[in-house]
Amino acid sequence: MRNLFPILTVVAAIFALWYAGSVVLNAPWAYDKAERAGVELTTKELIADTMSQKKPKLPPPHQVGAEIWKTTGAMVAKGRAFSKRSLIYHSWITLSATLLGFALGTGFGIILSVGIVYNRSMDMSVMPWVIASQTIPILAIAPMIIVVLNAVGISGLLPKAVISMYLSFFPVVVGMVKGLRSPDHMQVDQMKTWNASRAQEFWKLRLPSSMPFLFPSLKVAMAASLVGAIVGELPTGAVAGLGARLLGGSYYGQTIQIWSALITAAVLAAALVGIIGMIQKVVLKRMGMA
Amino acid sequence: MNDTVISAKNLSLTFQTNDGPVHALKDVDLEINKGDFVSFIGPSGCGKTTFLRCMADLEQPTAGDITVNGVSPKAAREARAYGYVFQHAGLYPWRTIDGNIRLPLEIMGVDKAEQDAAVQEVLELVHLEGFEKKYPWQLSGGMQQRASIARALAFHADILLMDEPFGALDEIVRDHLNEQLLDLWARTNKTIGFVTHSIPEAVYLSTKIVVMSPRPGRITDVIESTLPKERPLDIRDSPEFIEIAHRVRDGLRAGHGDD
Ligand SMILES: Nc1ncnc2c1ncn2[C@@H]1O[C@H](COP(=O)(O)OP(=O)(O)O)[C@@H](O)[C@H]1O
Ligand SMILES: [Mg+2]
Repeated sequence: MRNLFPILTVVAAIFALWYAGSVVLNAPWAYDKAERAGVELTTKELIADTMSQKKPKLPPPHQVGAEIWKTTGAMVAKGRAFSKRSLIYHSWITLSATLLGFALGTGFGIILSVGIVYNRSMDMSVMPWVIASQTIPILAIAPMIIVVLNAVGISGLLPKAVISMYLSFFPVVVGMVKGLRSPDHMQVDQMKTWNASRAQEFWKLRLPSSMPFLFPSLKVAMAASLVGAIVGELPTGAVAGLGARLLGGSYYGQTIQIWSALITAAVLAAALVGIIGMIQKVVLKRMGMA
Repeated sequence: MNDTVISAKNLSLTFQTNDGPVHALKDVDLEINKGDFVSFIGPSGCGKTTFLRCMADLEQPTAGDITVNGVSPKAAREARAYGYVFQHAGLYPWRTIDGNIRLPLEIMGVDKAEQDAAVQEVLELVHLEGFEKKYPWQLSGGMQQRASIARALAFHADILLMDEPFGALDEIVRDHLNEQLLDLWARTNKTIGFVTHSIPEAVYLSTKIVVMSPRPGRITDVIESTLPKERPLDIRDSPEFIEIAHRVRDGLRAGHGDD
């Protein structure tokens, strides 16, 4: 309960700023309309107008909230949760690519980290490439991946998942290399006194020791995966997914749609990262490492 | 002699460091016989750990010869000839005491029923019966160290190498563990190499006390103990005990004299 107060304070502050921003940014359009109609606006009328424009510069929270409800809860109530107009449908499209990309990225990241830790020449050569891969802006790479994969007949979920993977393997590699190297000299020597094989050393010592490093990496990777999936929906002019909603919204100036897609993406990211956090708590507690 | 377990001849180990060579061991000669309890004592940096690690094939000598059970330390290690107890218990927090003791047995591919029997046997040897389901953090430091000794005993190696296993424990716990260690040694007839800082500990435990001195690391005295095998704690007040302790102290002082 003591934690609730500061959180609520921050939330309240964000809403206050958001509303204030809406009034300021939407006011010029309200004045424009009034001028053309030849009427004078009172402050009250002005504020009322900025709160209810069709294509506001910055939609106020309640408009975004109403749009989200209209495209989620209300659709569910009508039994059309997975219609093309439903945010649940679009979220699912993006979520499936995110999860697939996350799984691929995590797998690839762990394999690379094992290679780096156990193979000297990989240790010397791979890391610079891994880092270089992340310095290229994803917005430049994404269209190429989509186009190339489309050319070989792969489209839909997989190209987006590949972009997610591209972003998400990086934190996993970095975290797991550190984690797999976290056992100290004594623990490694101890394995040697038992004449353990490298595989035994990996499964019984290095992998369990890396768990406290894996989970924070997974959280970053999950968030990066979601970004990757959304970015992957932009260059194709995709018709489905949160990225498509963002793009469609910006073509037609539907700011309310853009913001509701943005907020949905943020909620989705928070939920996914939260789930990993919960798994982390349980696993590390059971392993006596929390 | 036939029952020589560890034999070092002209053993030297020089570490090449950024500040130049460090002579951790120089021309060390020593024979350890089956059933001996040998303590290594000396100021820090005199090469006690390095010597023990050479026996365990964790460090490679730069000159001289060393054999363990008549073969090279590497062959002995691969034959799982010794159990090694480090200064820190080094139990895995994600394994129970049972799981920790079982670990070397799993690695060695011992079958499940044999594992169970071995775990029970060594738990009893170190007096930790009933704690097998506990996690390391639920045990005191002394109990953790006992568990790590149990783990080193679990695969029935004839040699037990211990590097200041009780160094981090308080004196009362240490006395108690010393008594238990002697009891364990008497019951199992293992050959034990034991590194310590403490003169009373060395004298109380050992059949043979190896006094070492630093720069370069070398042996300055080897004292065969005249104490009986049966040693109650109050043997430490006997004139014989005090005399041996004196000789150890003199050896340590002589080693210090020339630097
Ligand atoms: N891996 C190493 N690299 C360089 N010097 C080392 C290494 N291990 C030990 N030494 C040095 O060798 C000497 C003996 O060390 P050690 O055997 O640990 O002594 P002790 O256990 O008697 O305190 C010390 O001077 C120490 O600094
Ligand atoms: Mg030492």
